[in-house]
Amino acid sequence: MPVHYLDNAATTPVRPAALETMVPLLATHYGNPSGAHRMARDANRVLDDAREAMAAALGAAPGEIVFTAGGTEADNLAVTGVVNHVRASTGRPAVPICSAVEHHAVLDPVVHHGGDVVAVTGAGAVDLDELAAALERRAGPGGDGVALVSVMLANNETGVIQPLDRIVELVRTSAPEALVHTDAVQALCWIDVAEAAAEADLLSVSAHKFGGPKGVGALVVRDRPGLASIVLDPLLKGGGQERERRGGTQNVAGIAAMAVAATETVAERPTAVPRVAALRDRLADGIRSRVDGVVETGVPAGTDDRSAKTANLCHLCFEGIESEALLFLLEKDDIMASAASSCASGAMEPSHVLAAMGFDRDLAFGSLRLSLGYDTTDADVDAAIGSVPAAVERLRARGS
Amino acid sequence: MSADAPGRRGPILVAMSGGVDSSVAAALLLADGHDVTGVTLKLWGGASDSGCCSVSDVEDARRVAQQLGIDHHVFNFGDDFQRHVVDPYVEDHTRGRTPNPCVECNRHVKFDKLLRRADALGFDRVATGHHARLAAEPGRPPSGDTPILRIARGADAAKDQSYVLHMLDQQQLARLSFPVGDRTKDEVRAIAAELGLRTATKADSQDVCFIHSVGGRRAFLGDRIPLRPARLVDTAGSEVGSVESIELVTLGQRKGLDLGGEAERRYAVDIDHAAATVTVGPRDALDVAAQAVEGLAWSHEPVDGPFEVQVSAHGRPAPADLVFGAAAGPRPGDATIVWHRPQRRVAPGQSIVLYRGDIVVAGGIAGSTIDPAGRAIDTAP
Repeated sequence: MPVHYLDNAATTPVRPAALETMVPLLATHYGNPSGAHRMARDANRVLDDAREAMAAALGAAPGEIVFTAGGTEADNLAVTGVVNHVRASTGRPAVPICSAVEHHAVLDPVVHHGGDVVAVTGAGAVDLDELAAALERRAGPGGDGVALVSVMLANNETGVIQPLDRIVELVRTSAPEALVHTDAVQALCWIDVAEAAAEADLLSVSAHKFGGPKGVGALVVRDRPGLASIVLDPLLKGGGQERERRGGTQNVAGIAAMAVAATETVAERPTAVPRVAALRDRLADGIRSRVDGVVETGVPAGTDDRSAKTANLCHLCFEGIESEALLFLLEKDDIMASAASSCASGAMEPSHVLAAMGFDRDLAFGSLRLSLGYDTTDADVDAAIGSVPAAVERLRARGS
Repeated sequence: MSADAPGRRGPILVAMSGGVDSSVAAALLLADGHDVTGVTLKLWGGASDSGCCSVSDVEDARRVAQQLGIDHHVFNFGDDFQRHVVDPYVEDHTRGRTPNPCVECNRHVKFDKLLRRADALGFDRVATGHHARLAAEPGRPPSGDTPILRIARGADAAKDQSYVLHMLDQQQLARLSFPVGDRTKDEVRAIAAELGLRTATKADSQDVCFIHSVGGRRAFLGDRIPLRPARLVDTAGSEVGSVESIELVTLGQRKGLDLGGEAERRYAVDIDHAAATVTVGPRDALDVAAQAVEGLAWSHEPVDGPFEVQVSAHGRPAPADLVFGAAAGPRPGDATIVWHRPQRRVAPGQSIVLYRGDIVVAGGIAGSTIDPAGRAIDTAP
């Protein structure tokens, strides 16, 4: 029986072209790209090619790309790197601000630095009035100043897309000294990041969310012509790699594979988005029509309007069940899915995203995230439509 | 007597705490040809280092499952644990009771929530690493061929855990398995060592799993309820000292009572929670002829005494009879244990378990005590 992999928001299968790029490089291009000899130069050539490809995929210049060991590092570097630099250079206790539905890779450093977490609406979008109020309070007279505002492009649990343009506009008006960062880790497959995040000052991506390997990511740090250049304090101090922004020898083969995956992803996007959106719609409609007591997040009640979400996410909350039991039954049917985020022990924790959207705890405990990917098929969708309603009914009947 | 309920051989879910007993329980079932899946319960998210649900314990359970080649899952029962174990534990301390959280965890989490979850997921039975056995008697009409199941003491007397399983009824027992119950702890460790399991030499868990060993009960309760100072008086009523918190005094306690260098050993022999007064006295002042029990439940039909009655996890049982009726209290399950010889008072909230030989026949929770004259000394609020 084939496995139905519907957990692409957690991680994606490595694209064959990325794998074919990466594995030989491990054997042939092991030179240290910072070195001076021919083998070092060969490795550096691979890195420069990858930097150009990533820049093209993200709508950035090659010099703006900082390679990292993944999305979490990119997010941490954006928040902590900017906050530390602003505080050290201005002497003001400037704070970061983010939305309540950010990934913990943003949320936790923002909280750590004493920043503000801005509420979202029931639909999962940043409450712009709340953001305006926070900016005014922090950036206005007597405030500590705002170092950075970080709002994700698309949410990892619900797929809800944030109004980044309006957020940028608000920040430029209310706190012109603040930088804007966007966590685009979930976005590259489904949104034209180059266009949607063109106005953001910093942008994070993670290779394994778009068919690349784990442990590789990038942070775009814009050179802003005519404005003061953006300076980050590096998190990892060391050999001065990545223009002094990230010490440590680069993961040459992994970075090359990421670039191949990003290039393919961007090239396929115009056809992948409508194809996957249609599959997702059939999946969500199919489940909702077969079981009662279900709420589809990010979709106005009583409608099937999924225009506020990325094409790949079907996120449902079922009344009267617990996700971890549902996931167990789905796994028995070879359906790989997830609920909210998992903690270090592997236990399900209630989702802070759903809590921020106003879901009560019991309903949030019954969440199911089915996330499609570039290789999801009709058979995967059929399997989930066949299994999910039956599993939900079984759990409800057994009182667990 | 067998370690296993008779009959069915469907899939079994093994509750794996990350300790050696449940590791070996899984291994024994697997060797016996069962379809075994492991699960670790995440019960407590707060600070704790002595417990059964730390990340490192989950890692140990997962690694053992990997070594055995069985699936392993983690269920988050944190909300149930908070509601049924932690909250009542804290609440009981405000009422002068000393609850046994392991018993309540077994009652509400392991053998209720987990059994229901296992059923919903298609498991016939749940196994744990408890040192206890299942004893089956031939069934009597009208149940016919269905055997009567009871908890019996484990083979290792020093490690016996039948006491904390006293609440299990027939429906629960029919769906349980205790694979290490007929092994000694040394045998269990030897099996783990032979299989190369990483838990083979792991220390036994101690104390209450959600309480950190550094801050202890004082820090845990102090973060959650106001701790009230109390007077210490002697049996004649004269004030002899004080304690910082009456909530932290347990009936029968000797250590931690500041009596200003008294030569004679004195114990907390009575606690008047409302008046914030602890009476201290000689050990024999704790002795009573009778003991109240609340919520007494039989594992099957009531049986006649006398019983051997055990009042702490590894305590020595003492002979007693059981009296129901008006004198015992107004609620169903209220009863009075009448000791054959006077015994120390049991701190209210502790479990009282009735055995016939090695077999658990009933259990309940200690309530108000009856003094040698048969008069109620205190009443549970």
